[in-house]
Amino acid sequence: MSTNTLVTPVAEQPLTERRARKKWRPYLPILVMMLPGMIYLLINNYLPMFGLVIAFKNIDYAKGILGSDWNGLTNFKFLFRTSDAYIITRNTLLYNGTFILLGLIFSVGLAILLNEVKNKFMSRLYQSIVLLPFLISMVIVSYLVFAFLGDTQGYLNNTLLPLLGLDSMSFYSDPKYWPYILTLVNIWKTVGYSCIIYLATIIGIDPEYYEAATLDGASKWQQIRTITLPLLTPIIIIMTLMAVGRIFYSDFGLFYQVPMNSGMLYDTTNVIDTYVFRGLLQSSDIGMSSAAGFYQSVVGLILVVLSNYAVRRFSKDNALF
Amino acid sequence: MNTDNRLWQWISHILLILLSILCIIPFALLIISSFTAEDMILKEGYSFLPSAFSLDAYRYLTGNLSLIGRAYGITVIVTVAGTTVSLLITSMLGYGLSKKDMPGHKIFSFMVFFTLIFNGGLVPTYLIYTQFFGIKNTIWALIVPGLLMNGFNVMLARSYFTMTVPAPVLESARIDGAGEYRTFFQIVLPLSLPIMATIGLTAGIFYWNDWNNGLIYITDQKLYSIQNLLNQIMQNIDALKNSNSAYGSGQILDLPGETVRMAIAVIGVIPVLAAYPFFQRYFIKGIAVGAVKG
Repeated sequence: MSTNTLVTPVAEQPLTERRARKKWRPYLPILVMMLPGMIYLLINNYLPMFGLVIAFKNIDYAKGILGSDWNGLTNFKFLFRTSDAYIITRNTLLYNGTFILLGLIFSVGLAILLNEVKNKFMSRLYQSIVLLPFLISMVIVSYLVFAFLGDTQGYLNNTLLPLLGLDSMSFYSDPKYWPYILTLVNIWKTVGYSCIIYLATIIGIDPEYYEAATLDGASKWQQIRTITLPLLTPIIIIMTLMAVGRIFYSDFGLFYQVPMNSGMLYDTTNVIDTYVFRGLLQSSDIGMSSAAGFYQSVVGLILVVLSNYAVRRFSKDNALF
Repeated sequence: MNTDNRLWQWISHILLILLSILCIIPFALLIISSFTAEDMILKEGYSFLPSAFSLDAYRYLTGNLSLIGRAYGITVIVTVAGTTVSLLITSMLGYGLSKKDMPGHKIFSFMVFFTLIFNGGLVPTYLIYTQFFGIKNTIWALIVPGLLMNGFNVMLARSYFTMTVPAPVLESARIDGAGEYRTFFQIVLPLSLPIMATIGLTAGIFYWNDWNNGLIYITDQKLYSIQNLLNQIMQNIDALKNSNSAYGSGQILDLPGETVRMAIAVIGVIPVLAAYPFFQRYFIKGIAVGAVKG
């Protein structure tokens, strides 16, 4: 794609009200086109933001959301008095931290490998294949995982473990396996997608760097270390900081579907998102659930703002705002 | 130096072939087990080399079309309607935001941006959709909550319009007397095929794979999509397993067997896998564009 940036002159002069109205008129059709999207955002995104007050209320469906009584910080007191608050925070942070680190290593590595393949057809084939897991739903993923790990019918317990002379394992009733399983599934599902982003950047690197390096007798490994990786660093830092900004949010499907919502595994599979969901729809504990949701939204916002500030210091162009 | 190059080629190919196998193997197990005889799975477990094949699972599906066909129909309707509407309002909003000299541009941009970094979360969203809009157990519940996909696609479309549609083209359209709508639909959209394909594919995959909205808003079996059906089958089996003593084992027989579940999963995956190769070029290009300037 050509990247001829168009410089639009922005007249930022103070306008009188009449001139301002005149300035609006030509944009009326544009505003009409934007209307459906903006209305949707108001309903789907902005209205629920006001709903955050629910966390400070004692919700009574008979009285409605607005009519329910205030109960101050009671919901939060209940939430933070339980061990749940600690477990879900710990799990959310540890899992997402691991995913960020390992995901980065694997996707950058994969992008470098894909770039080395000179055969165009094979390169495209590999790209398609590693993207496959990204295309299917977590429900299907949970079926795949079950086919491998199921207690009685699973491939591992029936074929692989006996082959290695090992005893069968009850994956779905022992929480200790799940940090590894969930990490593996996450990497499997996401790495093909994120590697494309790095691959696009590598392809964009000026080939002259590599030609010059080759003339100087640099080996492939030296080229990767001294050209590819340094030129990838900006995008790596930006992607990582953005992921850190979202570290309080988890892939709900991964933590809900893949362990099959098994109560025995909550110790290592419960994250803020699944806790909020279960509080709302399964145990009808709206008070604690909305408190946890508020905690997630607000801490999430703080983290995004902080990481954006970091991105901004690093590269103004890539900052979110 | 040449040997260095060749060595790297070999290493890359070997590693990538291994990774590709890791990516494909679960699908292979899924498909093979859907063609395995049910009693083989009960006896030998899931296997890549089952000792007996059978088409029973697919016969069961064709025999139970009212259940499966209905879920499939819901999935198709939701995907087509959701993707179309999503594409339309996403691109129109993105086009509006690409007009950087429009008064109020900054406010509108910020309103879209802000949804990327802050939201009310599940509880308020759920309460507003169910209490104010009453979408529980309606088809709207499967379509409406995903329409703009968090505004990220809007930003993607906006960047694409600003970067790749040349201003002179828009200018000459205006001089020829085309209004804004005509310019957008007949000039801008055809020029933006790659990003439209990317957003359409992302939205299409989202709708086809969506089980979340069904899980939250749908309790009426008639409105189950394929994904919700799969989800429900699994939950029923779990519920029975977890309370084995309470129920007699006779009840399990009423549930579709392991191979039938795998067959439903297979027919749920196939359309995505079939459509993907046609869009792959656009998709990879689109991700790249979005990543370079999100």
